[in-house]
Amino acid sequence: MEIIAAETHSYLRAKKKFPNVWCAGCGIGIALGAIIRAIDHLKLDRNDVAMVSGIGCSSRMPVYVDFNTLHTTHGRALAFATGVKLANPKLKVIVITGDGDGLAIGGNHFIHTCRRNIDITTILINNSIYGMTGGQYSPTTPFMKTGTTAPYGNRERDFDICSLAKSAGATFVARGTVYHVTLLEKLVQQAILKKGFSLVEVISHCHTFYGRLNKEGTAVKMMEWQRDHAIPIQAAAKLPPEKLKDKFLIGTMWDVEFPEYCEEYDKVISQFQPHPEASER
Amino acid sequence: MPGFRHYCTAKREEGRKFLKIKMEQNNKARILQGNEACAEGALAAGANFFAGYPITPSTEIAEYLARNLPRRGGKFIQMEDEIASIAAVIGASIAGAKAMTATSGPGFSLMQENIGYAYMAEVPCVIVNVQRGGPSTGLPTKVSQSDTMQARWGTHGDYHAIALAPSSVRECFSLTIRAFNLAEKYRTPVVLLMDEVLGHMREKVVLPEPNEIKVFNRMKPTVPPEWYQHFEINPHFVSPMASFGEGYRFNITGLTHDPLGFPTSRPEEIEAKLNKLEKKITSNVNDIVRVEEEFMEDATIAVFAYGIVARAARQAIRMAQQKRIRVGLIQPLTIWPFPDIYMEQMSEQLEAIIVAELNQGQLLGEVMRNNCGKTKVYALNRFDGDILTPEQIFAKIREVR
Repeated sequence: MEIIAAETHSYLRAKKKFPNVWCAGCGIGIALGAIIRAIDHLKLDRNDVAMVSGIGCSSRMPVYVDFNTLHTTHGRALAFATGVKLANPKLKVIVITGDGDGLAIGGNHFIHTCRRNIDITTILINNSIYGMTGGQYSPTTPFMKTGTTAPYGNRERDFDICSLAKSAGATFVARGTVYHVTLLEKLVQQAILKKGFSLVEVISHCHTFYGRLNKEGTAVKMMEWQRDHAIPIQAAAKLPPEKLKDKFLIGTMWDVEFPEYCEEYDKVISQFQPHPEASER
Repeated sequence: MPGFRHYCTAKREEGRKFLKIKMEQNNKARILQGNEACAEGALAAGANFFAGYPITPSTEIAEYLARNLPRRGGKFIQMEDEIASIAAVIGASIAGAKAMTATSGPGFSLMQENIGYAYMAEVPCVIVNVQRGGPSTGLPTKVSQSDTMQARWGTHGDYHAIALAPSSVRECFSLTIRAFNLAEKYRTPVVLLMDEVLGHMREKVVLPEPNEIKVFNRMKPTVPPEWYQHFEINPHFVSPMASFGEGYRFNITGLTHDPLGFPTSRPEEIEAKLNKLEKKITSNVNDIVRVEEEFMEDATIAVFAYGIVARAARQAIRMAQQKRIRVGLIQPLTIWPFPDIYMEQMSEQLEAIIVAELNQGQLLGEVMRNNCGKTKVYALNRFDGDILTPEQIFAKIREVR
């Protein structure tokens, strides 16, 4: 455990950028730990990792880690990341976003980056609320739950992020929680290894705003809720429908193959390059 | 008659030789559209990344680069909107590319937040705005110069902008190269303000050979990674720029940041950052600002015109010269920063300045600000979707004389 902690700490900009902005008990730090362990396990060269984010609590993550880090404008992380990846396909581009950043203001970029199938790994931390601005309802705030801008209950329907990504064309879609942290680490690893657009939705909690406004208790209480409501996708297949009521699935939801955008573009370029054998003749 | 025959053959060969020389010259000369010349300029400047979204009247730039960038190993991508286009351009530049986008009014408005990001994060890139009539959807196929002020003040916050305005197809080519050079030299976005007529106008141009073109690339760090500061504050106000993937591992943010690129709220660091953004432009105006002039040696009246209007003004001035009116042309190739020093000097010599623009008077205020009432300033504006004609400008010259 100590060895793992030391390894994790070596990825942090400990001298430069701490303490962090997250509330005590926040799930984002747990997600960050899982991402770091996944990268460490895959033995990626940290010079080749670019972490790109937008604006919000989760999007503060890149500032704290020792990679090539890019903290962009609200909602635009995927568009910036597309430029980074296409200009230098050697980079492993990981986008950190949240439910508001990635799906509200950045919703259009989200579906189009899925569709384009560019090799970007997106970790979307879903805490069902705008945390940084103080608890306004987001595209994933469930129906009739409360936010500071939905004081009488949210009358809008929430997004099913994984279904959205799948239908938009993502080639790898998974969902984890900050409670099931070893599973999360595994899902992040799979997502990074996937050639193509991959999405990991991370169910997290905002006890400071969402928990308080909706009387769902402390961070620990909210993580217990995750434990009690998450069902692994393999187990779900064997369960009767009534046992799946009000539950959500975790695990790999979708994994298919489709030509990756940067590789396809390189094929376009290579048809104009003089053929090495032709010049020898 | 062998003699005559010989004469004929010699004549024919001479003719062939003449034709050959003529053809060689014509091979160099090309009929190009302003938009195509802009795209050619980008390629000549070493651009290897373009992200854009279709919009009239700039689309030909995207089409031309979609065809020609991959032929030279560069990348073209059509994004989902203009916000994503400029974001991808900035991302690509951070990863080491020489990147550009092209758009028109509505797209330029959409890009503004991220253009501000490029100012703040000091990311070199070129944004071409082929202007059309506005506000809003306005006149997609009609000419205008009504984004002149937007190129300076479009995004929120304190910053200093560079914007260039070509007046011919040849200048579309050369100023695109210059836009890239300034962007790379000063680590800042540069706006190229074209217009619909210029974009779609076809002219015969002879483009220079690659060895005749000066290309400036961004300064790279020479220090080891542990000493590297991506936003180092130095006497030149421009920091060397490493790219992602080169082993430097720095942070970039749109939040006000310290020299290492980490968000700050310390007053002294905030002030130093904003000072740097200002000083890197204002302390280099002599390098950035370019003004073309014609007949200005003894002129008492000047027509101040930029972009396509400068073309009409040239003709109008020739008409006036024939009538022995001492009038000259001031054509700023650099609109932002505004040629303050030049205009101040000119106000000593001139009695009247006519500011001719295809808008309701945007650089008019800048000209007035500079001469502090020393010169009479007259506005000549047209904003009906058509260009100012030489006759209109000539009539104004006669009126103020």
